[in-house]
Amino acid sequence: MAFFPHIITYIALGVFAIACIARVLMWMRMPMHLRWELYPVAHEPGNKAKYGGSYLEESDWWKKPREVSMAGELKVMVPEILFLVALWEHNRKMWVRSFPFHFGIYMVIGATVMMMGSALLGLAVPDLMAGGLGTFLHNTVLFCGAGGLGLSIFGALGLLQRRLTDPGLRDFTTVADIFNLVFFIVAFGLALVHFIAIDSDLSRSAGFLAGIVTFSPVALTGSVHEVSFTSATIILMGVLVAYIPLTHMSHFIGKYFAYHAIRWNDKPNLKGGDEEAAIGEMLTQPVSWAAKHIGADGKKTWADLATQEYKK
Amino acid sequence: MNAPLIRDISKGDGPLVHIVNEDQVPLPPPFDKLEDEPRIPPLSDQVKQRFECNLDDTIVVNIPKAKSPAEEEELVNKFLSGLRKSFTKENNWTFLMPLVMSMEHCARCQTCNDACHIYEESGKNPLYRPTYRSEVLRRIYYKYVKEESTWVHGDVDLNWKTVSRLIELAYRCNLCRRCAQTCPIGADNALIARELRKIASQEMGIFTRELHQDGSELQLTVGSSTGMNSLVVKDNVEFIEEDTADLTGLDPEKTKIPWDKQGAEILLIHNAGEIMAWPENVGSFATLFNAAGLDWTLSSDLAAYDGINYGVFYDDMQTARTLLLHAEAARRLKVKKIVLGECGHAHKALTIIGDKILTGDMNTPRESCMPILRDIAKSGKIKWDKSRNDFPVTLHDPCNLVRLMGVNAPQREALKEVVPENRFREMTPHGVNNYCCGGGSGFAIMSGNNFADFRHHFYGRRKFRQILEAFQDEPMDKEHPKYVCAPCSNCKGQIRDIIKYYDAFEKAGIYYGGLVELMVNAMADVKPGYIDFEWH
Ligand code: SF4
Ligand code: SF4
Repeated sequence: MAFFPHIITYIALGVFAIACIARVLMWMRMPMHLRWELYPVAHEPGNKAKYGGSYLEESDWWKKPREVSMAGELKVMVPEILFLVALWEHNRKMWVRSFPFHFGIYMVIGATVMMMGSALLGLAVPDLMAGGLGTFLHNTVLFCGAGGLGLSIFGALGLLQRRLTDPGLRDFTTVADIFNLVFFIVAFGLALVHFIAIDSDLSRSAGFLAGIVTFSPVALTGSVHEVSFTSATIILMGVLVAYIPLTHMSHFIGKYFAYHAIRWNDKPNLKGGDEEAAIGEMLTQPVSWAAKHIGADGKKTWADLATQEYKK
Repeated sequence: MNAPLIRDISKGDGPLVHIVNEDQVPLPPPFDKLEDEPRIPPLSDQVKQRFECNLDDTIVVNIPKAKSPAEEEELVNKFLSGLRKSFTKENNWTFLMPLVMSMEHCARCQTCNDACHIYEESGKNPLYRPTYRSEVLRRIYYKYVKEESTWVHGDVDLNWKTVSRLIELAYRCNLCRRCAQTCPIGADNALIARELRKIASQEMGIFTRELHQDGSELQLTVGSSTGMNSLVVKDNVEFIEEDTADLTGLDPEKTKIPWDKQGAEILLIHNAGEIMAWPENVGSFATLFNAAGLDWTLSSDLAAYDGINYGVFYDDMQTARTLLLHAEAARRLKVKKIVLGECGHAHKALTIIGDKILTGDMNTPRESCMPILRDIAKSGKIKWDKSRNDFPVTLHDPCNLVRLMGVNAPQREALKEVVPENRFREMTPHGVNNYCCGGGSGFAIMSGNNFADFRHHFYGRRKFRQILEAFQDEPMDKEHPKYVCAPCSNCKGQIRDIIKYYDAFEKAGIYYGGLVELMVNAMADVKPGYIDFEWH
């Protein structure tokens, strides 16, 4: 039982990783779709990315080398992930709630990763961690951990308030939406109280995570009260970590594909190019749409049906 | 104003909302009195008896009333079967990934709503939110197809009212994708509206007459949704050649329109609506292409003289069939490239949608006319006299061309060469952030029942507002004509209809036309007065 929180943590990280990988694979294995880009496309070179131009603005565009600016994508994607730029621009009331919620989560993740990293660094180069770097990391973790929890709780409370009071949002809000926000508030709230009450130097959290990351877990120490409190916090946070990618909150993965595979996917299919085989495969899919004008029988393919003489 | 909730879609018998003038925001002067605006006429009793009229005060799909509960059940089951097929690779590889993305990842934050001109100009009625129809479909999908908990995904009842209203509601969206641009997640409510139209068409055989029977079917069988076969179109084009020579005062050789020229550099495909309604557009293209010395041709093959592809608005199979006819004409003529005339959805169909359908020798490169027009304008081959265009000009950005294709700068660069700088003004917003004209997704050709009134008064209201705002610094009367440059056939039709509806030429001097007409009007070699403001 002493290692129950550790077991839960490993399971949670495992579920998180497997669910994320499964989600990524699901998107990667999606069949090719027709182009459906939306401008501005961030990887268009120079000014085009700003005003929403494309290579189709050039005559004989297929004879010219296609320029794709990865830096341009990063310039849009990074601020979007970190600061929720679209929400800032189009829905300020939501942004003042959603931004702290998301940014707080990033800070908590950052603090967790830094605690794990510090443990590994401490093992590898103990002298380094004993000096200024160790102190700096410790202070950063304190700031990100406590600040992130507070920020996120503030954001989640704001989101909850808005979901419940704004008539437009309320009609679209499900029991799960409320549950998810409450889950965050309770788990993060517990973690914050834990920090304030019994772990203000983060030694308990850091010690636990060091055991996890070095695969040498040590049982939690302290009074029964302290052990129970820390265990409850870890278990609740663990369940939250495992839960997130199983819900629509996995949109943090979907968003990448929404941008790269759909919104910004303007790759042209050139004669004799690498896409022809994939297109050929799609055109030979059997069709079973039932409307009469489609003419499908479950065997005829897209190519058969699209090329047959059309009769009313 | 009635403000329906999501679950109301399955309830009650009558329309869910009634939009009246008083719900709307007044337009800029001289149209700023709501009480002076035309009122939308009600649907006739006969229409109400025959068709499902249970969404709002208009109908466009004309869904016949189900005759019995058994028929209702059958239709609901058909809808569900179509919804299931939408999530299979075999039947919907074309849009499976974007559909799953939009169904599963919407955070229901409602950010996209304010981007929608239809929602905004309804006085913000929740029924017209981009998210309303998507959320109903999402709930149906999770509850009835995936059989997951309604606690997680929300609840809605599925009955014939839900289905018939949802199909009609799919035609309260211009598919302009302005809402999708604002979504922080990358979800796309326009795509969902289009998928709904597809389920109705591809599974249930329910579509609008304008897009299907009088649209794609006519084009696939006769050659054009205008009903013109190749003989008629050639006859009409002959008249255009002659008229253009008269109007421009140019040698008839310079306004000649070549047909079926093997091995030409360019196969130009117009929207055939231009040939019928705006022959000066077709004549202007000929004048410019000839003056620039381009090697070009039209094709008289089935459907190849009409760039229309109404399938893109409701049906993937009809889209593919039409695309293939266009591509086949280019293959047969062995042209080097296809150039699309001033028609936004034809642009998108052949360059963007068709990109992942046409392979091998069917994959003749395709491009917009805008870069060519820009290149012609700047080439020095034609002498321009900008003073011929000495009137206020603004530019409408067709969504298909700009937001959905990224062709944004060339038309502006061309305008710069032929319009005096101080006469041009942009609309607010413009470019990729433009508003749809209100005719998008096929609405421009839909006028049955009282739908035209809705189209002018409601869906096109934001565009009309923008046009009026763009010209507010000018005297708003007929004596000071103003030109709305709308380089897209459907947009032009919609803007023409709004102008007529509000009598905006007589009251404010608002006139409209394409880009090529402005260019020819500025040709120093052409007789002055090519654009005739009295013809409107
Ligand atoms: S489509 Fe996007 S912007 Fe609209 S509600 Fe869903 S997540 Fe929010
Ligand atoms: S696509 Fe355009 S018309 Fe349709 S919901 Fe979005 S903004 Fe509104």
